[in-house]
Amino acid sequence: MTTSGMVRQFTGRVWKYGDNVNTDVIFPGKYTYTLKTPEDIAAHALEDLDPEFAANVQTGDIVVAGSNWGCGSSREQAVSCLVLAGVRAVVARSFSRIWYRNALNNGLLALECPAFVDLASAGDTATISLTEALVTAGDGRTAAFKPLSDDVLRILDAGGLIPYIKQQMAD
Amino acid sequence: MPGQTFAQKALAKAAGRNSCAVGEILDVEPDVVLSHDNTAAIRRIWEEFGQDRVKHPDRMAITLDHAVPAPTAVHAQNHREIREFVGEQGINHFFEAGRGICHQVLSEEVVVKPGQVILGADSHTPHFGWLGAFGAGIGRSEVAALWAQGQLWLKVPATMRIHLNGTMPDGVTAKDFALRIIGDMGADGGLYRSIEFAGDTIHAMTLESRMVLPNMMAEFGAKNAVICPDEPVLTWCLERLAMHRGIESGSSAWADLSDSLQDGCLYPDADCELESEHHYTAEDLEPYIARPHSVDDVVPLSELGNVKVDSAFIGTCTNGRLEDMSAAASVLSDRRVAPGLSLVIIPASSQVLQACIELGYAETFTRAGAMLGVPGCGPCMGNHFGIPAPSETVISSANRNFRGRMGTPSADIFLSSPAVVAASAVAGRIVDPRELG
Ligand code: SF4
Repeated sequence: MTTSGMVRQFTGRVWKYGDNVNTDVIFPGKYTYTLKTPEDIAAHALEDLDPEFAANVQTGDIVVAGSNWGCGSSREQAVSCLVLAGVRAVVARSFSRIWYRNALNNGLLALECPAFVDLASAGDTATISLTEALVTAGDGRTAAFKPLSDDVLRILDAGGLIPYIKQQMAD
Repeated sequence: MPGQTFAQKALAKAAGRNSCAVGEILDVEPDVVLSHDNTAAIRRIWEEFGQDRVKHPDRMAITLDHAVPAPTAVHAQNHREIREFVGEQGINHFFEAGRGICHQVLSEEVVVKPGQVILGADSHTPHFGWLGAFGAGIGRSEVAALWAQGQLWLKVPATMRIHLNGTMPDGVTAKDFALRIIGDMGADGGLYRSIEFAGDTIHAMTLESRMVLPNMMAEFGAKNAVICPDEPVLTWCLERLAMHRGIESGSSAWADLSDSLQDGCLYPDADCELESEHHYTAEDLEPYIARPHSVDDVVPLSELGNVKVDSAFIGTCTNGRLEDMSAAASVLSDRRVAPGLSLVIIPASSQVLQACIELGYAETFTRAGAMLGVPGCGPCMGNHFGIPAPSETVISSANRNFRGRMGTPSADIFLSSPAVVAASAVAGRIVDPRELG
């Protein structure tokens, strides 16, 4: 395991959203071929879902959502806008499969943990421990998730698919 | 060995294996890798690998379709970068702006064949299940990785089988069936699953109608969706491939091509493991509408109530084919679009457009007061060509009605079959074509 890998435990502020949040409200399609700089992309994160988000998100924040988060388009900006805005993890009841792959491939932690979604509230804190496979709410209540597989951890530790393949190509 | 589903067979084959288990992660080598207007962005990711050449240029297929003709200089520059890349890498399966929407064009050109695997940087890549291929959408980084390495990890999905038997009532289409499924089970009802369609009604459908089903399963959360290839599918593939390759009907090359297409077909084993099965009776179906802002907020058209419409759109990879144009033309013939309403009609490909001209549909459309657009995605994802004004109500034959999908967050988008869109454009409110009188 690399030492530069993903931090195994961290705490962040919670932003909470509902079910079926789609990629058009995470990052509108009309910007996909025009916005290119990291600042511009981050500035439009969740634009049509929560106009408060982009202006107030802080580095290390955690997004908590219902089922089928990220449904819709395959656009990768629906992940990178969150990464660039400083989001460290998304915890959801379930993820759309392309969004989930895009998250992993961009080094963003995406955790399926329905039990935590039930007890999380916006503005609270959440502590995620990958070693214990546990999310802890601000009041100490905990929710367990299925530990990440080695395949997934290897890609996250590398910082995403591209750096992972570059490492492999160099080896 | 237990029986294998279609998804197991297709992924095992692409991974060089005889079989695989559901849930297993395989390194798969797809036969075709699709990208479109996002190719220039993918190229910038791929450049990080420091390669001069992509690994398999012959497996790449690229279309310009999402914003054509370029609405701004930024889009035009994007297209230019893609053309340069195509030239540098010697990519043959390149389809210029105006040829049509990726899923339609690759179907017409039979770039993907039965039993093959296609991965695309487009969420509607499950589309290719209409001809018995395994199609799944992936992200841009993954496409870049495929260009570099030729393979990608995929998890073998569990299979959900959906049966449709009986005779479809008049005015009920494949789109209505897709909406009904999504309405019944939710936009995440098929999450991570492989959907297998089965039943007499499916195989009695035209090929154009069949294309709607796997395409729409992207809105059901599915990884892929498939209809087993039958005689009409094989004929479609054979005739088109033979034409491209200059092979004459009845020649020995024709017979070889026919054999190789048949050999490629994959069918689920009778004793394969299905996670769930769902049975529908065609006679029970009716025209459906998905209400804003979710594709699973589905009601029968007969129960919708009075909804006034400001603009209407017929097109997209879901419903922009010739039979959709024909359905629209029969509604619009000798009728006019309601005053103050805009109707945009965009054929899914140049072949569909040509047929619309030859069959007189183009004239029917323009006489009715509709606007006929350049083959491509049009306003489907809010790029151009018919963006709604704030708070307007749109009826569309597309596949998505997410808030802001067409570029205007306060607009309401209703989804239906093309005939209902055309009738609504005439009436100025959402109606069943049978009500027009
Ligand atoms: S028509 Fe719409 S859904 Fe189909 S590929 Fe184009 S943008 Fe995507």
